[in-house]
This record gives sequence, C-alpha cells and structure tokens, in this order.
Amino acid sequence: MKNKLFWPLVTLAVLLLANLIHNHDFFSITIQDGHLFGSLIDILNRAAPLVLISIGMTFVIATKGIDLSVGSVVSITGAMACLIISKGDGSSMSVLFTALGISLLLALAAGAWNGLLVSLLGIQPIVATLILMVAGRGVAQLITDGQILTISSKPYSFIGAGYLFGLPFSIYIIAFFFIIASVLTRKTAVGLFIESVGTNPTASRLAGIRSGLIIFIVYVLCSFLSGISGFILSSNVSSADGNNAGLWYELDAILAVVIGGNSLNGGRFYLSGTIVGALIIQTLTTSIYSMGVPPEVTLVVKSVVVLVVCLIQSEAFGSVFAARRRKRDKAAKQGVSA
Amino acid sequence: MNVFKLDRRYFPILVTVALFIVMFAAGSIEYNGFFSLQVFLNLLIDNAFLLITAVGMTFVIITGGIDLSVGSMIAFTTMLSATLVQNHHWSPWVVIPFVLLVGSFFGWSMGCLIQYFKLQPFIVTLAGMFLARGLCYLISIESITIDNEWYKTVSQTKVYLFGKNYISISVIIALVVVAAAIYIAHFTKFGRNVYALGGSEQSSLLMGLPVARTKVLVYTLSGFCSSLAGVVFTFYMLSGYGLHAVGMELDTIAAVVIGGTLLTGGTGYVVGTIFGVLIQGIIQTLIMFQGTLSSWWTKIAIGMLLFLFILLQKVFISRKKKSGAAA
Repeated sequence: MKNKLFWPLVTLAVLLLANLIHNHDFFSITIQDGHLFGSLIDILNRAAPLVLISIGMTFVIATKGIDLSVGSVVSITGAMACLIISKGDGSSMSVLFTALGISLLLALAAGAWNGLLVSLLGIQPIVATLILMVAGRGVAQLITDGQILTISSKPYSFIGAGYLFGLPFSIYIIAFFFIIASVLTRKTAVGLFIESVGTNPTASRLAGIRSGLIIFIVYVLCSFLSGISGFILSSNVSSADGNNAGLWYELDAILAVVIGGNSLNGGRFYLSGTIVGALIIQTLTTSIYSMGVPPEVTLVVKSVVVLVVCLIQSEAFGSVFAARRRKRDKAAKQGVSA
Repeated sequence: MNVFKLDRRYFPILVTVALFIVMFAAGSIEYNGFFSLQVFLNLLIDNAFLLITAVGMTFVIITGGIDLSVGSMIAFTTMLSATLVQNHHWSPWVVIPFVLLVGSFFGWSMGCLIQYFKLQPFIVTLAGMFLARGLCYLISIESITIDNEWYKTVSQTKVYLFGKNYISISVIIALVVVAAAIYIAHFTKFGRNVYALGGSEQSSLLMGLPVARTKVLVYTLSGFCSSLAGVVFTFYMLSGYGLHAVGMELDTIAAVVIGGTLLTGGTGYVVGTIFGVLIQGIIQTLIMFQGTLSSWWTKIAIGMLLFLFILLQKVFISRKKKSGAAA
C-alpha cells in the first residue's frame, strides 16, 4: 500500500511545489463573504466530478473491466435533470427531488444495461460500454432536443456551485461518497469480493462468490456515481449540453485510476490512490492555466503522463533496463579481463 | 460438410450485406430519388476517409488489438498539411508523402510500445489520441483554410462513370487502398501472420512466426491508413482543424464490427468492413432523406446496430465453440 501510493503522492507534491515556486500565493486561502477562497480549494472543487467518476471506475477496473460510457451518462443525467426543472417551478424542492430521482433512475438503468451486457452476455467491457458511449450522447441530445438547456434554479445550482460552512458543497459530496465507498470495501467483504473477481472470476465463482452479480453491481455503481457528477457539472453552469457535457471524462477517469497505481489488469485496488490520481489531473490542468501555458497543451502533457506512468508500471520496461544493465556490466567485465 | 463450414465462416458478412441491401431497398421504396447510382456513389464520396481508416483498423482488430488514435491522427494530418501548404508554402507533392511518413512513424512508435513494453493497446493508443489532438493545437488553435490551387483542383475533380454519375479522386484512393488491403490480407505472408496472431499469440510464437514484427507493422499500417484518410479528409474539407474527425475512432470501430470482424481477433474480412462503412453511410442518408429526424438519431441507430452485431458475434462464437467441443 505504501509502495503504491508513493509515486502518485510524489507526483502531486512535485506539481504543487512547482506551482508554489511559480506563484508564492498558491497555498494561501482567504475568506471572502464567509467562503474560503484559494487555489487549493478551487482544485478540490473542480476535481469533484472527476473524483466521483474515478471512484466508480476504480471498482470497474478492479474487476478487470472498463466503463467507457461514463461521459455519456454524465450528459444524460445532467440533461434530464435540467429538462425536468425547466418544465416545473425552479425554486420548488419537490421539483428538484423529482428531477434528481428520475435522472438517477436513468443512470441506474444505464449501469444495469452495461452490467447485463458484461456479466450476463459476457461481452468484452470495452465493447459493451462503447455502445452506450456512442448511443448515450444521442440520447442526451434527444432529451435536450439538440439545444443547450439553460435553467435558473437556486436549489439545483446549490449542488455544484453552493457553499456550506465556507466550503464548496461539492467537496462534501465527494467526501461523503469516498467515506461510504471506503467503509463498504474495506470494512465489509465487498472489497475482497471485487478483488477476487478481478483476479480470477472462475475461481471466485467456484469459491462461492457470485461473480456475475458483483460485476453487474460494479457497473451500476459506476453509472450511479457518474450520474451524480452529471448533477455537479450541469448545476455548476446551470445548463445542460448533450454534446459537450462530460466529454473526455471516461479518459480522464481511466487516467486517474491508472495514475493512482491501480492495474488495468484488475485485482487489487487503491481508492486513495485513485483520489490522488484525480487530484493530480486537476492540479495539472489548473497549473497549466495559471502558468499561462496555452490550455490546449494539457492534452499533450496528459498523454506523456499516461505513457510514463504506464511504462513505470510495466514489468517489461523494468526488465529491459535490468537486462541492459546486466549486459553492460558483463561487457565491462569482459573488457577488463581482455 | 466442407461447404457448410465455409458458409458459416462468411455468415456475419452475409448478414451485413443483406442488411445493407434491405436498407437500400427500404430507402428506395420510401423516398423518391433514393434509388439511383449517384446516391450509392455519394455514400463512397462522403465516407472515403472512414473507409480508409476502417481498413487499417480491420487489421488491428484481427490481431486482437485496438487503435483509438485514428480520429486524432486524421485531425493532426489535416492540420499538418494545412500549415505546411499555407504557412510554409511546401509543394503538395512533398507534403503528402511527408504526412504519410509522420502517420506511419506515429503508428510504428505505438506498436513498439505495445509489443516491447507489453502495454495494453487500449491505453497506448489512448495516449496517442491525446498526443495527436494536443499536437494539432500546438500548431494552431484556429482552423486553417487551404486555398492552394492543387488541393482545390483535386478536391473538385469529378471522375465520371456511366454518364452523369461521378466519384471523387478520394474514392479512387479509397478503392485502391481496399484492393491493396484485400491482397495483403489474403495473399501475403504478412496477412497470414496477422490472422495467426489474432487466433492465438502463444501458438504463433511457438510456430516461429514473427509475432513482434507483425504486431508493430499492424499498428504502423493503421497509422499509415489514418494519415492517408487525413489526406483525403483534407481534400474533402479543404482545411486543417484540431476538432476535425472527433469521435471518428468509434465510428471506425463500429464499421469494422458491423462488417463482421470479431473483436476477439482472428476472424474478419476487409470486404465486410466496406459494407460496415456503407451501412453507416446509409443510415445518415436515410435520416437526411427522412427530413424530420435529427442528426443525433444517427448516433442512437449506430449504437443499436453495434449492439445487435455484437450479440450476433456472441451467438456465432458460442456456437462455434460448442461445435468445436462436439467435434
């Protein structure tokens, strides 16, 4: 555990330090109108949707799966919630809860669809979730009728843009789900079940674990969390955009999970690693903005980070260098003896 | 028995071809002016770049891999061509070989990472996708319009077939690529190796086939095809832009899967991919002719088709396994 968290934490620390050197006020937090303001708070706030999705993605990847449809689910729930609120009274709580409830049901249905394809029909996760990734954007555009839906609802915008006790409300949401997820996976057997299914589904089934059910639940959970991120994202800007909401989130989430030290081959997972991974990605984005580098470079930087992290994780990389060193040592010895 | 077996191997392709004919027939009955050679040729004209990319992707998927970088590679090629032609005034005769070389090198590097460092194709090509898109923006954030005479001429040339019906030069390029791909897949050693590798990497290694070289070459080929598709796309759009061909990788994978190539590797035909591309094109054409349906129905329809074909593959594989076990 120590080992796995080491590199992600070092990366995060280096990023934060680089920011501190560039901007000495980076760590300062000020109080304005009773709210805490500062770059660190901003990073936490902006990372919230990604953190939530990444928690779900960690479970999926731990079962040796992958969920490409998270971005589409984000846009579907955001669109549905905004649609219902725009039809009703924006300030009424009952409208808000109807909107949230129906949208979450949609997210659960999306997750159930993915889960059924993977667990019951045995389709490869990449392909199974690809279907919803393609079709889901179409569904989201269908809901918003291809327009960008703008709403004005105080209670809804509180989710993504509100403050509670001086901190952005979204931070409480991620804290809540992180604690629930950690307790659920580390204090009960569920975490162990997920890891065993990811390591060897057949053996787990023979040991009495209902592998199919676990895989199904994991996909439902991932969609559920993506749905909640959909609320945070759309309420933050008080609008729903079927085309662009949650775009590239599937990639960022996978990236966060991988950077956090989780293996794409399933098995052991580290929730805290994932959180650090998501924070690294957000810090990277924020620092690129604050350092005045064109934001488009983010993509290049991200790709380099993914490759480097994957290379460090890959055994082949290590062994190639070990072999080369051995060869060099050998050659040196021969050179000496000759 | 033998004849029966041969039939079953072609089963997924036959379904695809039948579906295409049914859709074309349905369109012809429903809409005036749908049943014409030009409507069919337009499918090729509008999807030439998709066809070229999908051919490269077919090889990758037959080996059991995946290439997510193709859409970004197309965008990068349009961007690179546009900036070299417009801002640096290179001759198109230098630009085109150069961008093809860049694309092939890009594919080759990803192939090397996948083969020699045992990284998952999915994650490497994902990084490639980010990198190529990012490089587009490094060149320019704005779209660059090409007003080079040569590009304009190629873009507007119509090659007339059977009277008034025409195709574009891009279609000719795409058809040449398809012909070359069919030759490579079925009549060369490399083609046999690709199928063997997809069937079982372990067995191919034990048989002494050049697994490493084949795998790297497959990704190089896909890189080449996507940059060639980028060249064709430049003819089509006459501009370079970082947001060109967003989401193309999924269209390409969908075309290959609908064309009957198994995602588990080992089985698939380039001919099937042609029909996979044509079916996507015809969905768009049908929606256009219908008039009231919005463009996002295309995405939903392609998603549903993808689901049906994957289901079909599943049935196909499980039957094959059962009959294999019985034999």
